[in-house]
Amino acid sequence: MTTLLQQLVYGLILGGTVGLIALGYTMVYGIVQLINFAHGEIFMVGAFGALATFTWVIPEGVKGTWYITLPLMVIAGAVVSMVLALIIERLAYKPLRNAPRLAPLITALGVSVALKEAVRLWYPGATAPLPFPKAFLAGNIDIGPVVFPKTGLLLIVVTIVLTTLLQIYINKSRMGRAMRATAQDPDVARLMGINPDRTIVLTFAIGAVLAGVAGVLYGIHLTNISIDIGFQNGIFAFTAAVLGGIGSIRGAVIGGFIIGLVKTIAGQYLPGGTQYDYVWIFVVLIAVLVFRPQGLFGETERVRA
Amino acid sequence: MSPLLEVRNLSVAYGAIEAVRDVSFSVEEGQVVSLIGANGAGKTTTLRTISGLLRPTRGDILFRGEPIHRKAAHEILASGIAHSPEGRRLFGRMTVEENLQLGAYVRDDAAGIEADMRRVYELFPVLGERRHNKAGLFSGGEQQMLAIGRAMMSKPKLLMLDEPSMGLSPIMTQRIFDTIKELQSQGTTILLVEQNALAALALSDRGYVIDLGSTTLEGPGTDLLADQRVRAAYLGEG
Repeated sequence: MTTLLQQLVYGLILGGTVGLIALGYTMVYGIVQLINFAHGEIFMVGAFGALATFTWVIPEGVKGTWYITLPLMVIAGAVVSMVLALIIERLAYKPLRNAPRLAPLITALGVSVALKEAVRLWYPGATAPLPFPKAFLAGNIDIGPVVFPKTGLLLIVVTIVLTTLLQIYINKSRMGRAMRATAQDPDVARLMGINPDRTIVLTFAIGAVLAGVAGVLYGIHLTNISIDIGFQNGIFAFTAAVLGGIGSIRGAVIGGFIIGLVKTIAGQYLPGGTQYDYVWIFVVLIAVLVFRPQGLFGETERVRA
Repeated sequence: MSPLLEVRNLSVAYGAIEAVRDVSFSVEEGQVVSLIGANGAGKTTTLRTISGLLRPTRGDILFRGEPIHRKAAHEILASGIAHSPEGRRLFGRMTVEENLQLGAYVRDDAAGIEADMRRVYELFPVLGERRHNKAGLFSGGEQQMLAIGRAMMSKPKLLMLDEPSMGLSPIMTQRIFDTIKELQSQGTTILLVEQNALAALALSDRGYVIDLGSTTLEGPGTDLLADQRVRAAYLGEG
């Protein structure tokens, strides 16, 4: 029982990370019907951006004070990810706006490889995993025999808070309405006076900020990062977005938590253990898609007039 | 005085296929002008080009004397042309109120938007009663009311309506045409595309017949109604 509860805790922590990244996949897909395969690397670069800020920008004197370093690193990670995503959108995706869908998809894969190799080449020491600063409270909260790492709790709380804020923004604000309108019917959105470029840029920016924040909190929780974290978590997050119903905000986060839980529970209890935990994630994905091809919270594709 | 909208020798192609060839017409301020013609004659393409969704291959579109055919769709809306597209194309997963708010997207006068929303609800009480319901749940006629209301929310100088009576019952069709008259009397200029040529010409100050992508006949609505060729081709007589 204790083992199960403990694995649930680890599953939720992983799920929070995956869910935050999945929001970027699902939002971008909703607006431009692009699976942005570079999004996982944007998460990774956000973590490296925060590490660089900690190493070279934050003065020695305050490095040990978490309530100063944590916000600075979170902001740095978010800004680095956002700037990078906007550059990619402008240079790689925008010129292909009217190209067949396969072209930007392949471009995204190329951008993903390029980003990873760029960090490997140019970030000092990134050929091996790098230690990440402990910019938050260390230790655990003990719930009976179950331990809840404080850094993991931070990740989950931030995921839930940011998702809630995002939902409110998209449902209540003027720009949020414009984003939903563009997702539902891009031509008619233009007839309402909505500038599609602005909506697309905003969507990429929001997704990247969430990924950047996720990257920093992930680094703090695991206490090290490597150039491989983008691909690995990116695949989980993409799967979470599809599982939840691509285009759905709620679906992406719930999909993230489901994937986190499946991975840890399957790794503990199913044959093959942690070596096969990936397999079960995709088994769940396939099972859901057989019965609900649009994902858990996705809209069924409708033919438009 | 130059007309509010002037379309000169407009041609539009989808790839190699020319959908509109050498269409010319003009809309004077305060008028209701109809484009009529058979299916596939290029009426919808003409409207989509005026509103900036398509680019012309040749010709000019002047709005208040200014060329607009190189502007983006969102800029054209902001300059004062609203387009209620064929098939209504509401945001079906959003509420009535959200659809109207999107219609007013380019405006920032909250009080004015509120007042215009009340005006739409007065014109179409059913929308006001169910303003928090999703647009996709309404009947065809109610959706058409909302589509017109949404297009009015940007306070356009020129309102373009594409097939507002499509798929509606005769009673509903009559309501929509009454509404068009009423909008005109309130000072809105209207460019109407209709397959229901009889009803459209009856309320139009001017009509143009578009045939195989070109304007072939033009004149005051009542004259076209009396024209033997129009009656034969579009009004089912002959």
